[in-house]
Amino acid sequence: MATTLEDRPRTAPPPGGAVSGGHDQDNGTPGAVDLRRLYRDTGIGEVLQQLDDELIGLAPVKERISEIAAYLIVDKARRAQGLRSGSPSLHMCFTGNPGTGKTTVAQRMADILHRLGYIRHNHLVSVTRDDLVGQYIGHTAPKTREVLKKAMGGVLFIDEAYYLYRPENERDYGQESIEILLQIMENQRDDLVVILAGYKSRMDTFFQSNPGMSSRIAHHIDFPDYSAEELLRIAQLMVTQIDYRLDAEAQTAMREYVERRMSQAHFANARSIRNALDRARLRQAARLFRTAMSAREGDSGKDELMTIAAADIRASRVFGNEPRPQKIAAALPEAAISDR
Amino acid sequence: MMTNYGNRLTQGQFSFLPDLTDAQIKAQVSYALKQGWAVNVEYTDDPHPRNTYWEMFGLPMFDLKDPAGVMQEIDACRKTFASHYVRVTAFDATRGWETPRMSFIVNRPVEEPGFRLDRQEMAGRLQRYSIHSYAADKPAGERY
Repeated sequence: MATTLEDRPRTAPPPGGAVSGGHDQDNGTPGAVDLRRLYRDTGIGEVLQQLDDELIGLAPVKERISEIAAYLIVDKARRAQGLRSGSPSLHMCFTGNPGTGKTTVAQRMADILHRLGYIRHNHLVSVTRDDLVGQYIGHTAPKTREVLKKAMGGVLFIDEAYYLYRPENERDYGQESIEILLQIMENQRDDLVVILAGYKSRMDTFFQSNPGMSSRIAHHIDFPDYSAEELLRIAQLMVTQIDYRLDAEAQTAMREYVERRMSQAHFANARSIRNALDRARLRQAARLFRTAMSAREGDSGKDELMTIAAADIRASRVFGNEPRPQKIAAALPEAAISDR
Repeated sequence: MMTNYGNRLTQGQFSFLPDLTDAQIKAQVSYALKQGWAVNVEYTDDPHPRNTYWEMFGLPMFDLKDPAGVMQEIDACRKTFASHYVRVTAFDATRGWETPRMSFIVNRPVEEPGFRLDRQEMAGRLQRYSIHSYAADKPAGERY
């Protein structure tokens, strides 16, 4: 992450050389605040590092997050100096295409804000329209308030937020929910951080019809689509996280798969990759089973169990192959019978 | 007797102390939530010591993490029932307890007329005692 935060050494020796920390050591300028020490104490470096390691690409998002982190640290330092500091508004809106990591980042956000001491509890309440909007008159307000009460002290994450507003039905209860949300977002900034997420175009329409919402959100973060290279790295990270690996040929196959899949309809970035890998795992299992049955010995080494081969990926429909589930299904019982 | 100096109602925790400040209430609620208890706001204008079931102000609040939500309810209740008694209870749903573990008053009327002791002569010089709230002489809603 090419930002000022990352440039700071993480284990800088305390000025003065003594081991015990404290303000007395910062004797350069009277009452100076050591930003480095604040940075270290919050442990925010680890969170940002983890974010960097586990989330591939998303450069603008990471940049914005480290900006927010830096701002909160400086704000803390200002408060330590007795300078005035209004509580900053941290409501956010994440927009982007499907599968660009909006939910994942939101979950990380609760951790980051908690470490910075901005929210009191490291918890995230994830809701959609169903949890906020009631079914009959007078049902919406208590329902929304209850959700808000549960989220107090943490982060409220509203996925697919544009569903809250249904322009085609002027008596829709969603509007009531939005009004309560707005009121809380304005009056109880210290108690709650609201993160909205949704697809870019639909969020834009949502904000056009609810200008109050747009202006109360300080951070509009747009999640860019991944490049083919990034998607490949994501695939590799995903398989390692579940103790699988792609062999050399499978990696080439995966690269081709990504390129083909990107140009097709309903491409959902990392989610498509995840689905592709899930199907590859199914095919790998079927393949292992088939070979074990035909070889008349059931041993599979740990290595084999871990490896996804090129064939498992190339069997995908993306490569113009017909799906072959019948064949596999038919092969299994037969082999099992003949083995007996 | 059920009253102390100035006829202040003494029921639940902290009732012999001066009224809790909002920060103190928040700290108590925060303790209750940390224990996993469900916090509930109740009100009444009939503070007889045997009147254990006060009216509930909204539903009990389950699954809360932070006292901010409870404080919001307390404030709403105080606004609606400014001259009633308002108390906060924390209910422990653990098997074996299943009972309120905390209960304290967070709002009281400005004027608390207190209680009177009634004596009743029974057969054979037996005497029965009962406690009567002066406020309860008036109809509900006009008591304080």
